[in-house]
Amino acid sequence: MAEEKLRTKPMTMIQALRSAMDIMLERDDDIVVFGEDVGYFGGVFRCTEGLQAKYGVSRVFDTPISESGIVAAAIGMGAYGLRPVVEIQFADYFYPAADQIYSEAARLRYRSAGGFTAPLTIRMPCGGGIFGGQTHSQSPEALFTHCAGLRTVMPSNPYDAKGLLISSIECDDPVIFLEPKRLYNGPFDGHHDQPVVPWSKHPLGNVPEGYYHVPLDSASLYREGKDLTVLTYGTMVYVAEVAARDAGIEADIIDLRCLWPLDLDTITASVRKTGRCVVLHEATRTSGFGAELAALVQEHCFYHLEAPIERITGWDTPYPHSHEWAYFPGPKRVAEAFKRAFREA
Amino acid sequence: MTQTPLEFYVPEPSGRPGQATDFSYLRLQPAGEARRPPIDTVPYDTRDLAMGLIRVLDDQGQAVGPWAEVLPDDEVLRKGMLAMIKTRILDARMVIAQRQKKTSFYMQSLGEEAICIGQSLAMLPGDMHFPSYRQQGLLVVRDYPLFDMMCQIFSNDKDPLKGRQLPVLYSVPEKDFFTLSGNLGTQMPQAVGWAMASAIKGDTRISAAWVGDGATAESDYQTALLFAHVYRAPVILNVINNQWAISTFQGVAGGEGITLAARGIGSGVASLRVDGNDFLAVYAVSRWAADRARNNYGPTLIEWVSYRAGPHSTSDDPSKYRPADDWSRYPLGDPIARLKQYMILRGIWSEDEHQATQKACEAEVVAAQKKAEAHGTLATGRTSSVATMFEDVFKEMPAHLRHQRQELGV
Repeated sequence: MAEEKLRTKPMTMIQALRSAMDIMLERDDDIVVFGEDVGYFGGVFRCTEGLQAKYGVSRVFDTPISESGIVAAAIGMGAYGLRPVVEIQFADYFYPAADQIYSEAARLRYRSAGGFTAPLTIRMPCGGGIFGGQTHSQSPEALFTHCAGLRTVMPSNPYDAKGLLISSIECDDPVIFLEPKRLYNGPFDGHHDQPVVPWSKHPLGNVPEGYYHVPLDSASLYREGKDLTVLTYGTMVYVAEVAARDAGIEADIIDLRCLWPLDLDTITASVRKTGRCVVLHEATRTSGFGAELAALVQEHCFYHLEAPIERITGWDTPYPHSHEWAYFPGPKRVAEAFKRAFREA
Repeated sequence: MTQTPLEFYVPEPSGRPGQATDFSYLRLQPAGEARRPPIDTVPYDTRDLAMGLIRVLDDQGQAVGPWAEVLPDDEVLRKGMLAMIKTRILDARMVIAQRQKKTSFYMQSLGEEAICIGQSLAMLPGDMHFPSYRQQGLLVVRDYPLFDMMCQIFSNDKDPLKGRQLPVLYSVPEKDFFTLSGNLGTQMPQAVGWAMASAIKGDTRISAAWVGDGATAESDYQTALLFAHVYRAPVILNVINNQWAISTFQGVAGGEGITLAARGIGSGVASLRVDGNDFLAVYAVSRWAADRARNNYGPTLIEWVSYRAGPHSTSDDPSKYRPADDWSRYPLGDPIARLKQYMILRGIWSEDEHQATQKACEAEVVAAQKKAEAHGTLATGRTSSVATMFEDVFKEMPAHLRHQRQELGV
């Protein structure tokens, strides 16, 4: 693979995302980057730091605090022929833009029979683990996967973050790009009382400096095992890893990374092999994306299943502040689920 | 201590069925009185124009005042008149077609034809229009085939939008006509984004957006004003105040005791209130706003004062909520009659020519309808292939949609 020849260096997820935008701004004059605080300051998580200085205010700029305006302007720019990459400061803030995302961006191509399109990428930090309370912790991915016409992506490591962001920016469909903010600086495994291992000590923190892709619609088999299949994404990939170790279970941990459209073949191949499946996500359970995953598994793998499909998720409550770690599906809860799924006759 | 009981207030129109409307709320200004500022005017300095009413045609059909300095030439007038007549006839025929169940739904632009047609003629090719659902005149004046419009309206096998959209929600890239949403007001900030993109690229093209009085209440509208102001976007934001949003009077959208244009002042956008039934005023003001945008002086908000002469749509019966003869008493008249009077005085039109043009348009509309109906109507069920339902959701059809198409068996 040509990508393997590229020089690599350790990057955090933030640096990897910045590198993707830097490379794309350099390669394509039609790419513009904007959102709240993303210009001069470089974003509250610093993902766009230095880009305005390098590419100028007409390519990288600040916007009013108006998520609907950010997305609407991006749609108009996309229709003009630009390729906007916008940031919603927290996924929890996307709701004012919901109409522009659901009714406009997602349907432009369809309703105009291909006459108008808006190739835009909407980046949003998501997920919990930072004591952000109910307005800085949500995982709203199911609200996007439910909408026809959107691609929903959630990388779990710097390598995928950069490769998927480049693929998303080049994609002619609108892409919702969810960034688990608890993973920005390291593969957080749910042990909140311990310091997080930095990305520089993780193989997936080693990122090519140049241009490469991670294909959309592709899942990654993060860890291989024979005992059961874990379907997960984002922060829960590392929680699953440590929980499997704690439970003494060899799990196929599938990092879906592209939630919709998704890589069904990787899922079914694994579940048919292990006969056991645990679905794991941070988001609330009812009508969550895990429900779709469980339905797909029973539809395609029913006769291979040895045990009921387990769903481990956030509780059906708003995301709490002081009770964050009781809400968050941490390693203990996940390990218990693994044991249940494994022991079931 | 005695305290005053609080009173809840809900705006009401001055006229209801059986009770003639008092149109004094329109606060008309005599034709020719409103000043014409330089195109680099400071937005705040347009306060008088946002509260007043720019008119060029007086009641005698003469062009008067400073805005009459930008009169359209003979060719523009003839084109405008032809498009207005054709649009009105098209609308009348499509309303009948709906009653005959050839389509599910139609929306006519009766009484407000001058606004989009006049503005279209003041713009340049390549400028982008983000319409609402009553700007079919934009397509008619740009000679988009009536046949294609009707195939969309009839959802037949030649429907350019493959049966995906309600009738009249056109999308015509080749005529710089953006896909109509059906969700109200969403196209306003998109038009601003398009204009921002044009400025980012150092292009020369500008955009125009259209919304009704009712949908100015949407937050997207306020957002459009904000972004247009902040980035000095080269865009014209058109508000057609035709007094009625289905059954809701424009006072409920915030127009009572103030003009809709006045809201632009607080947003830092140059704002003008204009007689929308005055073709000459439409043309002159649109030229001013376009020149302003093209010269990097920023956006303009224009409130076009008009009257929705017909029902909101074929599903609506306005006699239930407003006086049945309201339009006949509307003080700013009929845009076609007023332009006709002016053109005859100018010596470039006649009663005979008017009649002949109407006849020719009737024939053209009838012929297009016959041709379109040969490809089916909603009543015949001859639609585009059902398999196309699964296309264009994404650029490439993903596996799950291929499977769902197979499941449907198409």
